[in-house]
Amino acid sequence: MRLKTFVGGVHPPDNKHRTAALPIEDMAVPTQVVIHMSQHIGAPSKPVVAVGDEVKVGQLIAEATGFVSNPQHASISGKVTKIDRFLHPTGSMSQAIQITSDGKDEWLEFADDADYMNLSAEQMKERVKAAGICGMGGAGFPSFVKLSPPADKPIDTVILNGVECEPYLTSDHRLMLEKGEDIIQGLKLIMKMVGAQRGMIGIEANKPDAIDVMTKLCAKESALSVVPLQLRYPQGAEKQLIYAATKRKVPNAGGLPAAVGVIVQNVGTAYAIYEAIRYQKPLIERIITVTGSVVKQPKNLRVRIGTPFQELVDACDGLNQEPGKYICGGPMMGFAIPSLEASVGKGSSGLVILDKKEAADIEERDCLRCARCIDVCPMNIMPSLIVSYMKVGDLDNAVKMGLNDCIKCGSCAYVCPAHIRLVQWIDTGKLAWAEAQRKNKDA
Amino acid sequence: MNIALYTLAEASLAAQIGIPTFIIGILGLVFGVLLAIASKVFAVETDPRVDEINEILPGANCGGCGNPGCAGYADAIVNKGEAINKCAPGGAAVVAEIAKIMGQEASEVQPMVAHIHCSSGGHKNTNWRYQYQGVFSCKSAVNLAGGPNACEWGCLGFNDCQRACLFDAIQVDADGMRQIDMEKCTGCGACAAACPRNLISIHPIDQKVFINCSSKAKGPEARAACGSEHACIGCGLCAKKCPEGAITVTDNLAHIDAEKCTGCGVCAEACPTKAIVVLGSRF
Repeated sequence: MRLKTFVGGVHPPDNKHRTAALPIEDMAVPTQVVIHMSQHIGAPSKPVVAVGDEVKVGQLIAEATGFVSNPQHASISGKVTKIDRFLHPTGSMSQAIQITSDGKDEWLEFADDADYMNLSAEQMKERVKAAGICGMGGAGFPSFVKLSPPADKPIDTVILNGVECEPYLTSDHRLMLEKGEDIIQGLKLIMKMVGAQRGMIGIEANKPDAIDVMTKLCAKESALSVVPLQLRYPQGAEKQLIYAATKRKVPNAGGLPAAVGVIVQNVGTAYAIYEAIRYQKPLIERIITVTGSVVKQPKNLRVRIGTPFQELVDACDGLNQEPGKYICGGPMMGFAIPSLEASVGKGSSGLVILDKKEAADIEERDCLRCARCIDVCPMNIMPSLIVSYMKVGDLDNAVKMGLNDCIKCGSCAYVCPAHIRLVQWIDTGKLAWAEAQRKNKDA
Repeated sequence: MNIALYTLAEASLAAQIGIPTFIIGILGLVFGVLLAIASKVFAVETDPRVDEINEILPGANCGGCGNPGCAGYADAIVNKGEAINKCAPGGAAVVAEIAKIMGQEASEVQPMVAHIHCSSGGHKNTNWRYQYQGVFSCKSAVNLAGGPNACEWGCLGFNDCQRACLFDAIQVDADGMRQIDMEKCTGCGACAAACPRNLISIHPIDQKVFINCSSKAKGPEARAACGSEHACIGCGLCAKKCPEGAITVTDNLAHIDAEKCTGCGVCAEACPTKAIVVLGSRF
């Protein structure tokens, strides 16, 4: 049988063999963490601790500053040593709280609420909000906002995203194998919160063991099902996953999944939601894949939020040769970072380190008009045309041609035979457009 | 019989050509008259001065006046009472012409030029944080981890200002520095708007003394980050030495008050890092 998928997309070599079979390891508690105030989309959090304060694991250290915002919690116990600008996992500098460990790893008490399934939807959302959970697949949208869709858009389907179409990464894969039951509980909680009747788990066909495990777990529940999906990048993008699983099409130009009665959550997020509702445990750790051809011992690690990347590399026995590029996230959509000084954020699903040859710069040539980028674009826009407009500085026409619909998946740049940096051009345009809108508003 | 047929064919040929020609002719006449009437009845009053001023303006459509192009500015002068001395490329001559049309007094126009406040200047003498691979544009580079150069205030060197200049007034010299050609620069400000680091200021052409640095980092950090020897370390010597009190130091960076500055150059001599330049006697 032909498996479900979406239109467009590419199939890069997935390079998951290095870590796919390795169980998740708990990393030693780091000596220092740097917890950023903006690890989510929306307003940055505001610190509520001062330099010199003693904190315990799970203690609130920064509060949310608006509706679309998130609180932050201490991920190790110790002393707040600095509140300053640090290197963010996306590569820029932003405000963060540095905590130096006291070595005791003292946790706040978390009560196990065995009756968690019978809480009201409102109570559940409160707990998710208090736990500071945001989308853990990479974009980092605050979860409780997603769980509170507008009242006129009833949600009938919740899709859990276990696609993990990014090459190299295996953190969601391992989580499904090891914490499948908890993920299912998380899915049921999400369905309860949004009042959906149907739950789906989308998994790509290169993870047959995960499909097996999840199918067995879903067998007892008639409302839940596993959707095996054909291998294709970017299947894990929200709109593409919704189309692949349900054949529903989220409208372009700012349409949200709620418009077609669906919400999508990453499996890691579902796990965090389960922990937040049952134990009221804030989001202080996550699974991250540390991999790449230059990493001596690639691993799937459970790490505290804010752990410096350097310590992750040390935990993997270091590097076996001079690295060419550090990427936070996967190679397709991740961010290149200038150094390992940055630290793990809530949305960091991987640390990929490429060698010099893999990271070599390729000269950009002129467009050949082959239209391969248009063929593969999962959002049905014309990257080549938009970039031509960008190159001559015609931002208005670029926007008219769908600049802002781009999900920056990188499929176009991946197939471009002229090596045109399509995504970077589009990203530059998106930021310029956002800035122009802001200026218009001010004026 | 044969003759009759021939005549009929002849007649029909005349009809085939004649009737449509006649109809089209009549239609043309009717519409012509209608249009002529409409143009009188629905005539839009335009001020002839708008066109006249538009003729005089240089037609570079640089947007330096804040209007959408030269036609927009001409319209704004006549209909919105915009000041007549805003055309930087046109200069005094254009203002005088516009003043004649508008019946206003030609006010003094101060010619303006741009200045780049960075002495590290992009490529050759910049300390790089990482090797940038990507689109050759400052706006793109600055999005990646805040830009590839160690100084987060310094010139990125991807020539966005040069491409933005409509008058070919910005050139990259042998040292990799972007130089502004004072002859060609009209002070329209297109380069200043294009610079993502806001390094370019527009100033009156007779202003001669500039702080050639924009770093707000503390002294040692600014020095370490800068690829040239000329970072402003915020020591305040210039502020102390200035006989006019025109210099203030805020955020580890000196600022010159152009109103008070007389261009004596005492500050430039006092500056330990030579971050202050007096134009015409560079460093």
